Amino acid sequence: MGRKILLENSDIPNIKSFDVFRAHGGYVSVEKALKTMAPDEIIEEVKKSGLRGRGGAAFPTGLKWTFLDRKSNKPRYLVCNGDESEPGTFKDRYLMEKLPHLLIEGMICSSFALGVNTAYIYIRGEFKYLLGILNQAINEAYKNGFLGKNILGTNFSLDMYVHPGAGAYICGEETALLESLEGKRGNPRIKPPFPAVVGLYDCPTVVNNVETLANVGYIVNFGGDAYASIGLGKSTGTKLISACGKINNPGVYEIELGMSVEDFIYKEEFCGGIKDNLELKAVVPGGSSVPIVPKKIILFTASGEKRLMTYESLAEGGFESGTMLGSGGFIVYDQNACIVRNTWNFSRFYHHESCGQCSPCREGTGWMEKILWRIEHGFGNMKDIDLLVSIADKIEGNTICPLGDAAAWPVASAIRHFREDFIFHVQYPEIIKNIKHGALYKYENQD
Amino acid sequence: MSGQKINHILHQKQNIPICFSETTLQKVHKIIAHYPEGKQKSALLPLLHIAQEELGGYLNADVMDYIADLLKIQSIEVYEVATFYSQYYLDPVGKYVIEVCRTGPCAICGGEDIQDYLEEKLQIKDGETTADGLFTLKTVECLGACGYAPVMQINTEFYEHLTPAKIDTILEDLRLNATNDKHLDTTWAEKYS
Amino acid sequence: MLKLTIDHQTIEVAEGTTILQAARKIGGSVVPPAMCWYSKLEGSGGKCRTCLVKVSEGSAKDPRPLPKLVASCRTPVIDGMVVQNKTSPEVLEARKAIVEFLLINHPLDCPVCDQAGECDLQDLSYDNGKVSCRYQESRREFDVIDIGNLIKLHMNRCILCYRCVYVADQISGKRIHGILYRGDVSEISTYIKNSIDHNFSGNVIDVCPVGALTDKTFRFKNRVWFLKPMTAHRDCPTCSGKVIAWMRGSEIYRITGRKDEFGEVEEFICNECRFEKKNINDWIVEGPTTLKRHSVISQNHYKEIKTPSVINPLEEKMETQTNDE
Repeated sequence: MGRKILLENSDIPNIKSFDVFRAHGGYVSVEKALKTMAPDEIIEEVKKSGLRGRGGAAFPTGLKWTFLDRKSNKPRYLVCNGDESEPGTFKDRYLMEKLPHLLIEGMICSSFALGVNTAYIYIRGEFKYLLGILNQAINEAYKNGFLGKNILGTNFSLDMYVHPGAGAYICGEETALLESLEGKRGNPRIKPPFPAVVGLYDCPTVVNNVETLANVGYIVNFGGDAYASIGLGKSTGTKLISACGKINNPGVYEIELGMSVEDFIYKEEFCGGIKDNLELKAVVPGGSSVPIVPKKIILFTASGEKRLMTYESLAEGGFESGTMLGSGGFIVYDQNACIVRNTWNFSRFYHHESCGQCSPCREGTGWMEKILWRIEHGFGNMKDIDLLVSIADKIEGNTICPLGDAAAWPVASAIRHFREDFIFHVQYPEIIKNIKHGALYKYENQD
Repeated sequence: MSGQKINHILHQKQNIPICFSETTLQKVHKIIAHYPEGKQKSALLPLLHIAQEELGGYLNADVMDYIADLLKIQSIEVYEVATFYSQYYLDPVGKYVIEVCRTGPCAICGGEDIQDYLEEKLQIKDGETTADGLFTLKTVECLGACGYAPVMQINTEFYEHLTPAKIDTILEDLRLNATNDKHLDTTWAEKYS
Repeated sequence: MLKLTIDHQTIEVAEGTTILQAARKIGGSVVPPAMCWYSKLEGSGGKCRTCLVKVSEGSAKDPRPLPKLVASCRTPVIDGMVVQNKTSPEVLEARKAIVEFLLINHPLDCPVCDQAGECDLQDLSYDNGKVSCRYQESRREFDVIDIGNLIKLHMNRCILCYRCVYVADQISGKRIHGILYRGDVSEISTYIKNSIDHNFSGNVIDVCPVGALTDKTFRFKNRVWFLKPMTAHRDCPTCSGKVIAWMRGSEIYRITGRKDEFGEVEEFICNECRFEKKNINDWIVEGPTTLKRHSVISQNHYKEIKTPSVINPLEEKMETQTNDE
């Protein structure tokens, strides 16, 4: 336990630069792939590795690659999804900031495997600083012959560009991202057709998360089996977990999938326990979209076994008594956290980020936010609680893209597991109105 | 709660001639070349960033029409995009735009208090600009820096682990800095080199 | 040919046909309602979600059901597919929910809306809506604007079907209006003061499923159900000149395109025909039109409804106590 694939070298000074990165074994996979492997062999290795999409959906990467339309004569594209916007998730920016060449290396191998000659890295506009870092790394890769025409003397050519977004969570959805990359509004497309057939500029396209692509170099170097031997069961490899909230050591951790959630929260080398020695109340383990669960559920499954940091273990029990690993945005709440306020907050987020294209999401997210605002501010009534559950249920599954589900799940799960908090808000509006949230009262005391 | 009267006014064009500088134009053409022939519309998002930064701090209809001409697309296509993305400002803003994250992880770590503190300190509300034209305050949703909460961005530069004392220093530095015309960070155009 | 079964009725359709198109071929109650899809507008559909159906068998090869309801307007038929529309309680429940979503911010100003009587949203609510409203928040409001001197835009009523945007892109050349902003404050607008000025721009009125885009030359002139729709034509240099003239006595109140049984115009007509030719002498009137749609206007008779016609103010309270959804 505890092997690292991605962040192994992240603390080496100046690993951001090509020379240092190369000196530590960087770009070896590109040489191996281009000179000794056939594209299909790489795809085969990725399939064997069991690597799953690290953006949140956890779809098997190798399988996604096989869907790419190879019969059409159109150019194919690889697009790296760096539109990391899911509240609680900040792993991709860490990876791109610390190890830009690791991503580029993975993208070159992937492009070679997929027969792609143009690749784009889409970063969210708020990550303007990454644009400079990535562009510099790309320039270095060009200069050293790892990008451009006839890479390493082979007949494989690849151009790579960075494309900034401009502030829209929805562009993390792959088809909205493609629309945005085409210079349009970030409206998700109606599927089918899927990007593998009709993607960027109507050409076959693969869209993968930053972390997913960064893993490809390792898989090429050491083989799919080696990758699959790390982790547990179908949750192979490592995962970047970005931990935040009321913990002692917030930050990005690379964990081998399979460690226990309890260890992750309480061990000193990870979250280091709850801040100020308070009691753990709830955890959102995979970014704001996944169900929020209370302490007893995040630490133990319904059958009483220790909950593990794997896709399967976290999901065990379905939404009744489980949640999801999602993007790995691990948000921890202490005993003082107000779940209602947090639910309203997330709901406002999804309301703000809904593209407005399809009716359930456009109207439903706003409706939920308004009701939650009322409950949180002492204007709720008992009927509102079930109304929220009903609205969430009506949005879920009926929208064009998963944003509808993402907006519905936090609300439904908060009420499922913390209904008494909502009831309290309705029953004691006067108490609720006088609660001070956050930390400002502490600042007041300091003066 | 947000008011329900939605006031999207119809804008008026000034018809002032607008143009990027020669060096920026060179960058612009380089960016357009990142995308296949005929797909120059793809450059719209980066170009709007550059335009906002270099042509007055916000996107008015004249600036947007200029970008439409550059990319040979219809003006409405630019308006549609500019109004969709939250980083584009459609109204004048101050020299420094302070964007405070208020989403979940920041909120539980005091993000809302940071907003309150800034409102009190600058004597402006969310969306307003100080009388001296120096600061505009906005709340934004998740900036993707949750582990360093509470966070804010000033002209897309990150400021993390905020406390009132830290904010005092930051604002003081910016006030002193305001007289010289230097950007906080390298410009969008400079990041393409 | 591909075989599709929808609500127990089977039909063979060509490759590329969508479930909705196939259902329209069968006709009758198997046809899901469509508020945003328009057969003559490429790229339309998928947005309103009223046409969601259940695919209970994916295909002959793989008969597993699809996990989610699908938008029938944009889902192509696969051979051996079995679809449930009216026969699926899940679909009816979802449709009810969609109607509720579409109505929560709709002003319900039908008494002063020119579209009343031929409004797709009215029909949809009539067929799938709930009697009571669970929405107690304030409704969003936009100002009413003119987009040109011929068309009025009531954004409050808009359901963001995007049809008018596709018309501008595909029928009337240069587009000057579009969808601005995002989420539930997005709107149809021109952003700058501008007027839609194109020979075929009036068609946005015909494709609008609600009263968001209305004909200024007809505004408040008459209720549509008091007018007699007459099939008429003229020799028009720009369009086919095949229209419906909405008349009272010998006076023409408005001109629209001819619509098929699904409410879609058969041929787009030009602005000259629509807005300028209001004199009976401009047209060769062929005779009265039978409207094939089921809308209020085409019924012209009242049906006996089973629920009590007198509203009991206590009823809803009694209902919610026993049947709290």
